[in-house]
Amino acid sequence: MLRFGINNLDMAEVKENILTQHTIEEIDKWLAKYPADRKQSAVLAALREAQHQNKGYLTPELMDAVADYLGMPKIAVYEVASFYSMLETKACGRHSVSICTNISCMLMGSDAIVEHIEKKYSIKIGESTDDGRIFLKQEEECLAACCGGPMMMVDHVYYENLTPEKVDEILDELD
Amino acid sequence: MSVVMSEDQITIEVDGKELSARKGQMIIEVTDANDIYIPRFCYHNKLSIAANCRMCLVEVEKAPKALPACATPVMEGMKIKTQSKAAVEAQKAIMEFLLINHPLDCPICDQGGECELQDLAMGYGQDVSRYQEKKRVVKDKNIGPLIQTDLTRCIHCTRCVRFGEEVAGLREMGATGRGENMTIGTYIEKSVDSEMSGNIIDLCPVGALTSKPFRYSARTWELIQRDTIAPHDCVGSNMHAHIKIDRLKRVVPANNEAINEVWLSDRDRFSYEGIYSDDRLTTPMIKKNGEWQEVDWDVALTEVKNKLANILSSQTAESFGVIASPSSTLEELYLLQKICRALGSNNIDSRLRQSDLSDQDDAPVFPWLGMPIEYMETLNSALLIGSNIRKEQPILNHRLRKAALRGCQVSAINMIDYAFNYDLANKLVVSPNHMLDECLGVLKALVDETGASVPQSITDKLAGITVSESHKAIAESLNDVENSAVFFGLGANSHQASSQLRTIAGLIASISNSKLGYLSEGANSTGAWLSGAVPHRLVGGQKNATPGKSIAEMLDAGLNAYFILNTEPELDYWNGADAQTALSNAEMVVAMTPYISDAMKDYADVLLPIAVFAETSGSYMNVAGELQSTNGVSAPVGEARPAWKVLRVLGNYFDLDGFDYVTSTDVLAEALTAIGDITPDNDKHWAETFSDNTQSSGIACIKDVPMNSVDAICRRSKPLQATSDIADGKLHVNSSTAASLGLTQDGMANVEQDDNAIQLTVLFDERVPDNSVYLHSANAATNSINASLGSVKVSKV
Repeated sequence: MLRFGINNLDMAEVKENILTQHTIEEIDKWLAKYPADRKQSAVLAALREAQHQNKGYLTPELMDAVADYLGMPKIAVYEVASFYSMLETKACGRHSVSICTNISCMLMGSDAIVEHIEKKYSIKIGESTDDGRIFLKQEEECLAACCGGPMMMVDHVYYENLTPEKVDEILDELD
Repeated sequence: MSVVMSEDQITIEVDGKELSARKGQMIIEVTDANDIYIPRFCYHNKLSIAANCRMCLVEVEKAPKALPACATPVMEGMKIKTQSKAAVEAQKAIMEFLLINHPLDCPICDQGGECELQDLAMGYGQDVSRYQEKKRVVKDKNIGPLIQTDLTRCIHCTRCVRFGEEVAGLREMGATGRGENMTIGTYIEKSVDSEMSGNIIDLCPVGALTSKPFRYSARTWELIQRDTIAPHDCVGSNMHAHIKIDRLKRVVPANNEAINEVWLSDRDRFSYEGIYSDDRLTTPMIKKNGEWQEVDWDVALTEVKNKLANILSSQTAESFGVIASPSSTLEELYLLQKICRALGSNNIDSRLRQSDLSDQDDAPVFPWLGMPIEYMETLNSALLIGSNIRKEQPILNHRLRKAALRGCQVSAINMIDYAFNYDLANKLVVSPNHMLDECLGVLKALVDETGASVPQSITDKLAGITVSESHKAIAESLNDVENSAVFFGLGANSHQASSQLRTIAGLIASISNSKLGYLSEGANSTGAWLSGAVPHRLVGGQKNATPGKSIAEMLDAGLNAYFILNTEPELDYWNGADAQTALSNAEMVVAMTPYISDAMKDYADVLLPIAVFAETSGSYMNVAGELQSTNGVSAPVGEARPAWKVLRVLGNYFDLDGFDYVTSTDVLAEALTAIGDITPDNDKHWAETFSDNTQSSGIACIKDVPMNSVDAICRRSKPLQATSDIADGKLHVNSSTAASLGLTQDGMANVEQDDNAIQLTVLFDERVPDNSVYLHSANAATNSINASLGSVKVSKV
């Protein structure tokens, strides 16, 4: 990809210290894996770190900071962030809960799990609780854990053979 | 794009016809060159290949499936069928997919009638869609005053995205989201700021990106297309004007590979909106006892004649002078100087923004680019001196950008840290007081490197100069490189010591064996020099034995009578306030103008309404010396008449010989005969002698003209005035200088120069060098403070 002419004026508008020292250290670890002139290779990792820093979702300011840090056009970072489902570009709760509703899990009763959680928190799939604790991510397609259906993923950890009681236990444990 | 420069010719067969092709060419390039049509949406010969629309699928023998013609390189003996059952079926299938989500809103779509999707749907689409699902809807985004988005219509060809990255050099559009939710846009609400952004309107094959000012104002089949020339910069871009019942509704680029290729700057594309401004002067007017009266042409011209004859009977002819816009046509400028000189005066000038004219006698016949425009692409190194080429001549910048992407080392010595859309090899940003020293530094580095000799006055000057690493790097980048050039920009031209800068630029160019190019102001500076619309030269660049006065000299002398052609001197002249005062004090000012302004009402005595560029026939010579003639394409507003006709009739009123022209072509023919054969030559650097440059201390003042405020038409184009490239009337200063002066962002500052003092709002602008302030010209608020008059005093209010 060609990269030219990041507008000087745009650069001036970017506030400093959007990314924390820790985030920058993490990004630098990833940058070390790629050639110096291929910094954009680290964009996914950088966005993940930025999202982590912000407790679960990206803001335009964070994406702009990543763009400037990696020397990419801002729009190119928006493209990546809006493409990948593990990156959130709208404000959401800090714990991401994804329930698989694909065929195997569905046969094993995933609909009841979804219904249970929706009722438990009075939110629909795609929404977050008012206290910003739980984000019920969009219904997941197959997460490749069919042998343990119904299953869900909470903050990148798989939980299998779910029952409403087990779900309560897992979710109540979260801070 | 991606033409492989290989001489390997191969033979392929398309639809049974043998064609010769270069190895590595794509099928579509070969068929396009041979007038064989293959449908396409995403392919564009000036952009990279995306191959994402799949509309150009063709059958290739031995390939199991249809292949995209835009992304399939030709091979020896390849047999291609563009019309076979397999090819057409594949194309129809693609069309069906493209139409799944495309709305059926052609009746209210501005693209209707000139839409590539509509046209191809006629050929490849079905009458009824097999899809019953809801069509997707995309929320429109506001991307500024020039481009209207209707993104529901987008078919994701990504031409606009690729244009941003590859041509504009500023990637502002992108494809965000995924799958069905993918949309083209800027993601965040922001205006697209490229000076070439309007081109994505032409590139968009559907109605997703259309012209905002033109929206809903005409259907394409009501429009008549006529050709014209862009009059806002020295490039002379070719344009198609679209006319509905004598009114210019829209402008699109006309292809001319030697000049603007297929592109147009936003200024050229949207300036026409100023034509129908409320400020248009629609009838001749004369001032009687301080009251303005609308009169007919005969009364107005009789008034001009009588009043001027009266003045000339009591004064010498030298008490009469002419100020013309360098964007006037060659015919207008030729007739104007003919009248002026026939009446006995040599006081005619069109160099509105140049304050230092001390070297004018050494000037070449006309200052030009030094090369054809296309040649700029082949440069391997270039030095810009005082140039914001990206905004001042966007089309030339595009050529230079292509060279830069190819590896050309572009360096710049500027007074403002202008944004470039390519990487500069070396950049020096200094206050006006140090411009000369920086150029001398480069010269000294060159002299050190080559041992070349320079005139004694310059050797003396060089002794006090310290050569920096940057100077060395610039000198090395130019020296002994094939195809190198030094460009003298508008910032250098309007610099208070421009004659000395010119000498140094000339020496740098000649020692380093580079071409010297002048980037000239207006659309027809070249024509103005050649037609004798300068005081010291006659037609054809002949030396004038009795040179007249420059504009500054006229204003200083306080002439009794002035003619003004197609300019608002209070905004267009470098010392606007001075011009306004001198004109107000004159006995008689005749303004031939398309527009009326309060200032003009104050100083003028007769107002003659003239046609703007699109309304008159005439010729412009661009900076590369190319003469281009155009017809009037739309009817002049009200009683306005083409200026050449006004001047011709004025010649008759004064009973002057040789004013019997019937058409502007007659004028041109006479002018060209008088001009004769001229080969432009910049090689001789201008001034042989080199006077001492006294540097002023204190806060330096920098002025330039923002892209969309360059002339009266642009200043009245509402869409252009809604962009960010306009004269903002603010005091730009960097934050550290602001701190030392006690200025705060958005606070008020008092700016003093000589006896003038103005108050301006402060804007922090880190592009401004230290100890300098930067103001936009072409703004009434700032026209009394001038870069050429030395330092300013700035204080907090």
